[in-house]
Amino acid sequence: MMSSCLSVCRVGISFVMMNIFYKSAVDSLPELSPQKYFSTLQPAKASLAYFCQADSPGTSVFLEELNEAVKPLQDYGISVAKVNCVKEETSRYCGKEKDLMKAYLFRGNILLREFPTDTLFDANAIVAHVLFALLFNEVKYITTLEDLQNVENALKGKANVVFSYVRAIGTPEHRAVMEAAFVYGNTHQFVLTTEIALLESIGTEDIEYAHLYFFHCKAVLDLTQQCRRTLMERPLTTLNIHRFIKTMEAPLLTEVAEDPQQVSTVHLQLGLPLVFIVSQQATYEADRGTAEWVAWRLLGKAGVLLLLRDSLEVDIPQHANVVFKREEGVPVEFLVLHDIDLIISRVENNMHIEEVREDEDNDVEGPDIDIQDDEVAETIYRDRKRQLPLELTVELTEETFNATVMASDSIVLFYAGWQAVSMAFLQSYIDVAIKLKVIYSSSNRISCPVNITSVQEAEEYLSGELYKDLISYSSVSVLGLFSPTMTSAKKDFTEAGNYLKGCVITGIYSEEDVLILSNKYAATLPALLLARHKEGKTESIPLANTHVQDIVQIITNAFLETFPEITVENLPIYLRLQKPLLILFSDGSIIPRYKKTILTLVKEKHLDSLTPCWLNLKNTPVGRGILQAYFDAVPPLPLLVVVNLHSGGQVFAFPSDQDVTEQNLLLWLKKLEAGLESHITILPAQEWKPPFPAYDFLSMMEAAASRRSTREGPECVKETDVQESHEEQHEDKPAIRDEPTETLRIKHWNRSNWFKEAEKSFRHDNKEL
Amino acid sequence: MLILAAPQVAVSAQASPCLFLGPIPHASPRASRGSSVVQGLTPLVCRRMGLSAAAPLWGPPGLLLTIALHPALSLRPAKASAPPHRDYCVLGAGPAGLQMAYFLQRAGRDYVVFERAPGPGSFFTRYPRHRKLISINKRYTGKVNAEFNLRHDWNSLLSHDPRLLFRHYSHAYFPDAGDMVRYLRDFADRLQLHVLYNTTIAHVTLLKDRQAWNGHYFILTDQKDLAYQCSVLLVATGLSVPNQVDFPGSEYAEGYESVSVDPKDFVGQNVLILGRGNSAFETAENILGVTNFIHMLSRSRVRLSWATHYVGDLRAINNGLLDTYQLKSLDGLLESDLTNLAIVKDREGRFHVTLKFFLEEANQSADAITLPQDDNDNFAMREAYDRVIRCLGWNFDFSIFNKSLRLSSGGEFSKKYPLVRASYESKGSRGLFVLGTASHSVDYRKSAGGFIHGFRYTVRAVHRLLEHRHHGITWPATEHPITQLTSSIVRRVNEASGLYQMFSVLADVVLLKENAAAFEYLEEFPMQMLAQLETITGRNARHGLFVINMEYGRNFSGPDKDVFFYDRSVGHTEDAWRSNFLHPVIYYYRHLPTEQEVRFRPADWPLPRPTAIHHIVEDFLTDWTAPVGHILPLRRFLENCLDTDLRSFYAESCFLFALTRQKQPPFCQQGYLRMQGLVGTENLRQHGVESGLLRDYAAVGKRQEDSSRRPGDHEPAGHPLAPEPPVQPPDSNKEEL
Repeated sequence: MMSSCLSVCRVGISFVMMNIFYKSAVDSLPELSPQKYFSTLQPAKASLAYFCQADSPGTSVFLEELNEAVKPLQDYGISVAKVNCVKEETSRYCGKEKDLMKAYLFRGNILLREFPTDTLFDANAIVAHVLFALLFNEVKYITTLEDLQNVENALKGKANVVFSYVRAIGTPEHRAVMEAAFVYGNTHQFVLTTEIALLESIGTEDIEYAHLYFFHCKAVLDLTQQCRRTLMERPLTTLNIHRFIKTMEAPLLTEVAEDPQQVSTVHLQLGLPLVFIVSQQATYEADRGTAEWVAWRLLGKAGVLLLLRDSLEVDIPQHANVVFKREEGVPVEFLVLHDIDLIISRVENNMHIEEVREDEDNDVEGPDIDIQDDEVAETIYRDRKRQLPLELTVELTEETFNATVMASDSIVLFYAGWQAVSMAFLQSYIDVAIKLKVIYSSSNRISCPVNITSVQEAEEYLSGELYKDLISYSSVSVLGLFSPTMTSAKKDFTEAGNYLKGCVITGIYSEEDVLILSNKYAATLPALLLARHKEGKTESIPLANTHVQDIVQIITNAFLETFPEITVENLPIYLRLQKPLLILFSDGSIIPRYKKTILTLVKEKHLDSLTPCWLNLKNTPVGRGILQAYFDAVPPLPLLVVVNLHSGGQVFAFPSDQDVTEQNLLLWLKKLEAGLESHITILPAQEWKPPFPAYDFLSMMEAAASRRSTREGPECVKETDVQESHEEQHEDKPAIRDEPTETLRIKHWNRSNWFKEAEKSFRHDNKEL
Repeated sequence: MLILAAPQVAVSAQASPCLFLGPIPHASPRASRGSSVVQGLTPLVCRRMGLSAAAPLWGPPGLLLTIALHPALSLRPAKASAPPHRDYCVLGAGPAGLQMAYFLQRAGRDYVVFERAPGPGSFFTRYPRHRKLISINKRYTGKVNAEFNLRHDWNSLLSHDPRLLFRHYSHAYFPDAGDMVRYLRDFADRLQLHVLYNTTIAHVTLLKDRQAWNGHYFILTDQKDLAYQCSVLLVATGLSVPNQVDFPGSEYAEGYESVSVDPKDFVGQNVLILGRGNSAFETAENILGVTNFIHMLSRSRVRLSWATHYVGDLRAINNGLLDTYQLKSLDGLLESDLTNLAIVKDREGRFHVTLKFFLEEANQSADAITLPQDDNDNFAMREAYDRVIRCLGWNFDFSIFNKSLRLSSGGEFSKKYPLVRASYESKGSRGLFVLGTASHSVDYRKSAGGFIHGFRYTVRAVHRLLEHRHHGITWPATEHPITQLTSSIVRRVNEASGLYQMFSVLADVVLLKENAAAFEYLEEFPMQMLAQLETITGRNARHGLFVINMEYGRNFSGPDKDVFFYDRSVGHTEDAWRSNFLHPVIYYYRHLPTEQEVRFRPADWPLPRPTAIHHIVEDFLTDWTAPVGHILPLRRFLENCLDTDLRSFYAESCFLFALTRQKQPPFCQQGYLRMQGLVGTENLRQHGVESGLLRDYAAVGKRQEDSSRRPGDHEPAGHPLAPEPPVQPPDSNKEEL
């Protein structure tokens, strides 16, 4: 999550940098004197000049905007200049003191329009107004439905109409429409309005933002018929309009008889998918009708083609009736759709998903995010088809729970079928159930601690005779000795015994003749007897004033061996001692000589600061993984290492060229202690971080929300501004009418140029989206 | 004997496997001690005094009769100046009142319920008039999980007694109202709730007293002028006043509350029904077959509950008239503001609809009143009606509350309800809570707080709030190690009924402990009170929190929406945020939001902007347990919020980590290193090796011997899926991006 945020920030920064470079590279606004300016004017070429008196305050914002408009206007062949009205040279355009804030549009040296600078409030407004003035003939401004109908009627059978509504003149949407008109104005009739009522009267709802319609009038031959209309559903930007008009110009329906994988139309180039309706001779008429209907529905959203299956050389799946081509180079999808609506919704949803996907381009998430990386979850999932022999157990419900549990000794496992850990545990649990079936009767009855009632029974207990079948689970017998009056000591011991229930069998003896036992084992009452069966030794520990937790600790420690074989099961007990481990790695049983050496050192108390242990790779194969982590190349076994797990994580290896003798080992340990040995590796100390990022739904939701709000359009300009521009327009009529041909020429000269720019930025746009 | 509890049994507070009396060493992952399990199993124990203390006064059921007959006797004040005192007084023994009584009783609180009728649930003795409840009584779900089954049981109240489930009272999917009355009577009797029947509280006023819990007492006066003094007042009186719209001729309309329910009385008649709610349609349904036609007139268009997913809107079970209207029968629906209308009666006693405006025109005799059709001869309601029936819903009865209580109506959009906070406490007086149907202003037209299946949970939330405020008992919570977080959430979103019914009103809250090593899980907290969580619950939210809510898609439903559109559901986890059907949403906050943030949250958001958010993708079966589709993305979300690794590991992996790394993942720390490692069986290990997540070290050894190659030369040590923490330290990782 953090990381994706960071990447976003980084992108933001690089954008800013790019803009800075961009700005400095752009032609800046030339500053000329009036005389100089008029001498540069070329016949038939349009030019916008801002006449101002030196640098008077308040003009700088306008100049900044004008500066920004220089490049786009130059693209349309319109030069821009700032003309300084110096005292020596007077010009009528310099005006009087108060009237300094004006810009003038010339063609050649003929004045076309003058603009008060407040109508040119930003770069968009400048470009929009200038193009609007130049394209007066191509773009009809209308205010009533009647105007619109007149245009429509006049063009039926002749040309198509691009009708747009913008909230005000000079808005970014207006500029986008004007830029499109610059390119397409001589092929389609552009009609513009700022009247909401007009838009309402043609049945548009939800007029929050700018709208653009394409009226298909060219194909209408019957003058009483209405022109079909297609609404552009995307926000009004130059690129979107370009893309939209391109698709309007493309044939509505194309018939093809070639491999859909090879087919390409303008739609794919514009980033829109292709939909092939599969047809065969027998149903051709009906299919064509369907395809046309779909084509109208998807106009502007996808290209629709009729694919003639009979004359097709490649095979397509037999039942497929629709082929969907998302983009160039991506394998086509063959679909079986039984409802035309499904075709539509597929395209519309695909567009939506695409929008979402584009946003994710910068994210670090790869496909891995969806791949299970939890070993327990994955193994349980792979094992999901196994039938566990649950019949060995009783399945409880809330209703049967109390009755069953109260009625007998029970081991109850609470688990959830969806929880991998509990399902993994369930497998072991069932294994235990199978084993317990055999030994249940005896193990069940042992209370903890076991109450021993005679000296003879106590001896049997200590020798391991009493619970013979359980001796394999416990290497030590624990017996508490108390005189009958030591009630509180007995209580503590009993509590400790209960705590250890399930791990250790404890016994308690507190008869009158307890002295027989205490004398025999030289114990001072209250006392604890620990009988180690393997070693055949019994030791006694006084328990006077020992609390429950301490008793537990004493008993637990009694089970620790001096030189244990370390296993997956017992490692945690030895780690609790918080000492560095001295591990002897052995491939199989331990060599007696090694064992003897270490036991001798233990006995001589040389190893008190360490936990000596050995690891049998045959019993604990994962030990190989450990060795691989310690050594680049694992030397031959057996191997002795010291692992400083709890402070520093250094790993030291006993030199493999030395013999493991008491003397060598001792010397090595001393050097180690003195810091004279260098470690072979340091265990990594990094924290366990999230293995993968998560989906950043918050930014997806916010991006979607902001998309929605931008679609609703920018703030509109004040109503008065609109009024003003209407009036100006009428005033200017004669000026422009005189030179229609020149205007067209400028347009032709620049059209190809504009196109290139558009295509370039379109591709760029696609990537950045 | 070994016993398994059925999957998803709700008896354990933990989702982890717990051993009960378990003697198996080392094999139980993070097994809880027996005692904690027992606690989870034992029914709630009465706190402090409990029943025994209350018994001498209230007695067994037999004694209740005496009390009911002589309420004055047992409560007669010792001194005239001090009326008998109760800590909690509940107004109304309907479902909400009884539900609150149950919780108070279980907590051993000093309380009483006042009920004006001779038995509980008196509303249901008369309503709905046609006797069919529209709350579902789903008896079969295929699940044994009692909590889950409550999701589909809209009639039961909450209790520990499984006999008090509504399915034992009716077999009908839409039960008869009489069964509800019987159920509520049993509920009150069997649980021995303290209800004073035949006691009409006629007046409620405030008495300032600095000693009182809330700085004042509520003084309740009954029909016999007996007074009761209460520290906390819980108003569960429902909506009892039929809503009347005032217009000329409104007196000709028969009310839903009294109109005949016998279809014979409507044979061959033209009927006009005012209203477009369930009572209006229920009335129409009853007489659809015998009338000439039914016209239904209301201010706004009909809202279908399947489109709004609000259970109070028109339910399909009542919508026969919509069907016949759209299938061109003579019945029809009209929209008009009733307040502009007038009804005039002609000489034959038939009714004509006209405009109030026409009546206001100078004095005209009854027969000369202008009718719309005089000007406009195709006016829709130009036919005369034989009957006009008013079915305009109900209002809260404000009349018994003294002005000093400042109990006001809920504003323009929920006028019929008293105004309350999201904690159900009145804005006007501290200590006055509104429960049940009357509390619906909080989620009117959104969630189910106005209905039994919703308010049984909001009542519990209010009770938990009171337990903390007045008795120092913190909001109940279970504490778990962080490794249980994913499972705790998965369990709740799959079985919890309170979250499901009261979606976007009650939410679960996870409060993180220091260093996010553990967490407390709180259930069903009123989410609009999130900023006040610490004061309300007595718990600490300093270390960050998660809020678990259920939500529909933001723009999915509404009265005019097509909720059956193609591709209305999403299936991919990355599209989860666009889910439309009810699905779990988890909010993560690094800090508890402030009151300001909650109040000025973005439109459409139930909570302020979180630090991060997660949607669990909608599921057709409402079963969010798919390992990769549901659980994995949730874990990734939690991991990234907490900046840790929440995967689970077998003991062998933990063993390897313990000897090769200085830090251990939480699962190993909290399980393996505490002697509660998870040992996989051989065949699980095999699966692990096949998946590449585990390595077969035994095979490594063999191969090594066979080929005498050095280890590491050929081993997939850097396998991308191997359970390793990120190879690079995370810091440098970030810098690279």
